[in-house]
Amino acid sequence: MTQAGSIVLALDGITKRFGKLVANDHIDLVLHRGEVLALLGENGAGKTTLMNILFGHYVPEEGAVRVADASGVLHTLPNGSPGAALAAGVGMVHQHFTLAENLSGLDNIVLGTEPVFRPWRSRIAARRKVEAIIKESGLGVDLDVRVDRLTVGEKQRIEILKALYRDARVLILDEPTAVLTPQEAEGLFVVLRRLAANGLAVIFISHKLGEVLAVSSRIMVLRGGRKAGELVTAEADRRAIADLMVGRAVAMPERSRAVAGAPVLEFDRVSVKRGSLRQSLHEVSFALRAGEIAGLAGVSGNGQAAIAALISGLDLPDSGEIRLDGASLTATSPARMVKAGVARMPEDRQHDGVVGTMSVAENIAIEELRDPAFQRFGFIDRNAMRKRAEAAIAGYDIRCPGPDAEARLLSGGNVQKLILARVLERTPRLILANQPTRGLDVGAQAEVHRRIIAARDRGAAVLVISEDLDELFTLADRFLVAYAGEVTDAGPSEALDRSTIGLLMAGQAAEPTAQVPA
Amino acid sequence: MRLVVEPRANAPLSLKLLVSIVAGLAALLLVAIPVLLAGRSPLDAYGLMVKGAFGSMFSLSETLTRATPLILTGLAAAVAFRARLWNIGAEGQLYIGALAAVLVGSGLFQLPPLLMIQVVMIAGFIAGGLMMVVPAFLKQRFGADEVVITLLLNFVVILFIQMLIEGPIKDPLALGWPQSVPLVDAADYPKLIARMRIHFGLVVGIAAALILWVVVRRTVLGFEIRAVGGNRAAAKFAGLPVNATLLKVALISGGLAGLAGVGEVAGVKGYLSADLSPGFGYSGIVVAMLAGLSPIGTVFAAIFVAAVFVGADSMSRATGISNYLADLVVALSLLCVLVGGFFVRFRVRLDRAAAQGA
Repeated sequence: MTQAGSIVLALDGITKRFGKLVANDHIDLVLHRGEVLALLGENGAGKTTLMNILFGHYVPEEGAVRVADASGVLHTLPNGSPGAALAAGVGMVHQHFTLAENLSGLDNIVLGTEPVFRPWRSRIAARRKVEAIIKESGLGVDLDVRVDRLTVGEKQRIEILKALYRDARVLILDEPTAVLTPQEAEGLFVVLRRLAANGLAVIFISHKLGEVLAVSSRIMVLRGGRKAGELVTAEADRRAIADLMVGRAVAMPERSRAVAGAPVLEFDRVSVKRGSLRQSLHEVSFALRAGEIAGLAGVSGNGQAAIAALISGLDLPDSGEIRLDGASLTATSPARMVKAGVARMPEDRQHDGVVGTMSVAENIAIEELRDPAFQRFGFIDRNAMRKRAEAAIAGYDIRCPGPDAEARLLSGGNVQKLILARVLERTPRLILANQPTRGLDVGAQAEVHRRIIAARDRGAAVLVISEDLDELFTLADRFLVAYAGEVTDAGPSEALDRSTIGLLMAGQAAEPTAQVPA
Repeated sequence: MRLVVEPRANAPLSLKLLVSIVAGLAALLLVAIPVLLAGRSPLDAYGLMVKGAFGSMFSLSETLTRATPLILTGLAAAVAFRARLWNIGAEGQLYIGALAAVLVGSGLFQLPPLLMIQVVMIAGFIAGGLMMVVPAFLKQRFGADEVVITLLLNFVVILFIQMLIEGPIKDPLALGWPQSVPLVDAADYPKLIARMRIHFGLVVGIAAALILWVVVRRTVLGFEIRAVGGNRAAAKFAGLPVNATLLKVALISGGLAGLAGVGEVAGVKGYLSADLSPGFGYSGIVVAMLAGLSPIGTVFAAIFVAAVFVGADSMSRATGISNYLADLVVALSLLCVLVGGFFVRFRVRLDRAAAQGA
């Protein structure tokens, strides 16, 4: 594996500091032809910084980046020039795609590789080259369809084709499976293995252990800016890697059996018609019971947002009925839902969860602003807010300079803890947890899961909406699956496996036993 | 070696003040260039400006009289911008407030001065406030852009006022001048100093600034205003009454501009005319921006802007340099403060370590 000339990329002793924080501390990385190296680490471990240095967005204090040319000789890249890595054959697929939605797939692939001042375009040659790549790699996609009509998985293929078209010898994928169904992810892994077999070197950035074990040949774990370990995937053990990532033994939340009680929230043939399919629901029926966690699985954009809006008090159904404790919901507002004992965790916590310019204390009190505990005759009791915030900071381990610190200074995990502290302290009877751990590290994830399970054990009905099936299998007592605005009740989670859920997520009918009359 | 720009966590008040002062000095340095081109010494010109603005009891009174409407229109812009409601219509609201003052205060009924002044102020506040509530409502109901509506309403209002003072409310005793019937004596603001123009409106402005300061920091409404302005989506999700808050802000903002109009009629002129305001509504936006939308800061920014204009007039008479210099000083101060805002939000330093790499 280490024969001379097989190295395509080497990072030597990369060190990058931001003020006192050492984001990368003497990191060495060697990438060989034809291997898939997984770069694993929690948020803040230094993965993104390392890749930004590789791409010349940051200048390292120490260390050098070396990339092999076509004949296998390593050259040092000049620091801080973003074009150099691209020119040297390093391609990157970002988590958020960088495609022009109004152009065809082929145009997107060719875009930027043609000289600006040339009157005609050699589209035939370009198409031939792309088609050859598709044939070789198995990245099947229609090149003539406008990109906005493609599925997320297809867009990702266009992104990969874009990199390969530029003759990338190193391909970096940043959290590539975040937006895919399990089947689509499996398809991506097949393509990556095939590309690697043809000599491409791949860096696969992730914080999901399962997929790292499935696709990589070697794993490098980063923790707190340092290399925490490097192992060969075939010899690795799931538990050991998790401990390496976190640096301490992670207590996986234990889930006792649910004792489901009376229904708290019922959807009865609820339909919502909005502008786009993503926001519409068609005759959706399900019930959330006290003391039970229901997991809503589904590829993003299949009606989850509409369900979340209804439970959050932002929308009312066009037809059908929503019953909260048996009473039909005829008028709604977020304040009404809060008063009815609904804890709501928004999908996009930075956008909908906190007011960044206001303090931690104010953000914790915001839902109960008019409560006599926090105001008298319209004047705010700032001490009461501060006291409540101090208790929340201690109880929920919110890392921040104090109750008066602005919420924009908090990291994603701490914002989520702030929201948990805001909504769970009232012992809610219904909890909507929309993507509760998206972007959180393993430690924060376990903490959020523990809180949700504890709330269920107190008798709350919980709906967890997540794109992470591992998370749903950790939490859910029962599975709901959303596809194209319809929801299937897949039954108790014990009787289910990933492939059954995956089929439902892709819109294939499940076995008749798993279906519930609408 | 290269420049590194990093966001700052929390900027201390001392830094904000320092940046404001440096920005003001930078503006004066820049204005020195055209003064030199005009063949005069910038130091002399600035000295004359300061003297003209603060040099005597009379000039101080003139400066504060000029600052009075600017405090109120500045507060009108500051409170609206806090909530991200873009009220560009303070000029129109000022005129409507002045009109309301004339309608209720020109002999429709008789009241003792203490009551009459209050009635006139309330009428002006409500009239100006409704003038802003309507655009805010149209925005909520139909998504109409409030910048366009409030800006264009300024012209509608001024033409409407011109029509009124040439017709229904024209003063028959004004020898044909286009001006309205005068306020009754009971409605006139008392003067603060005998034989000077400085009037009770200054007290109104400073009181409004203090009240607004308390409201924004200490009340439920202020919390809602800050939340709606900081992140409207999060405020809505948390159950705050976003639309109601914006309507309240519109009422307060328009009302403050209306009070500015009342002050000009009841404190300075005594009647309504189409040249009541030399753009106080627009200058209020500049004042609010100079003050960083802070209510207390607005008072000082208004005095600064007023001093520049009063001082420049006086300097112009003595040196022959055009008093357009005042516009230049104010405009460059605003630009310098905006640039300074960048240094409050970001830390800029030279990265020497990068030199080794590059």
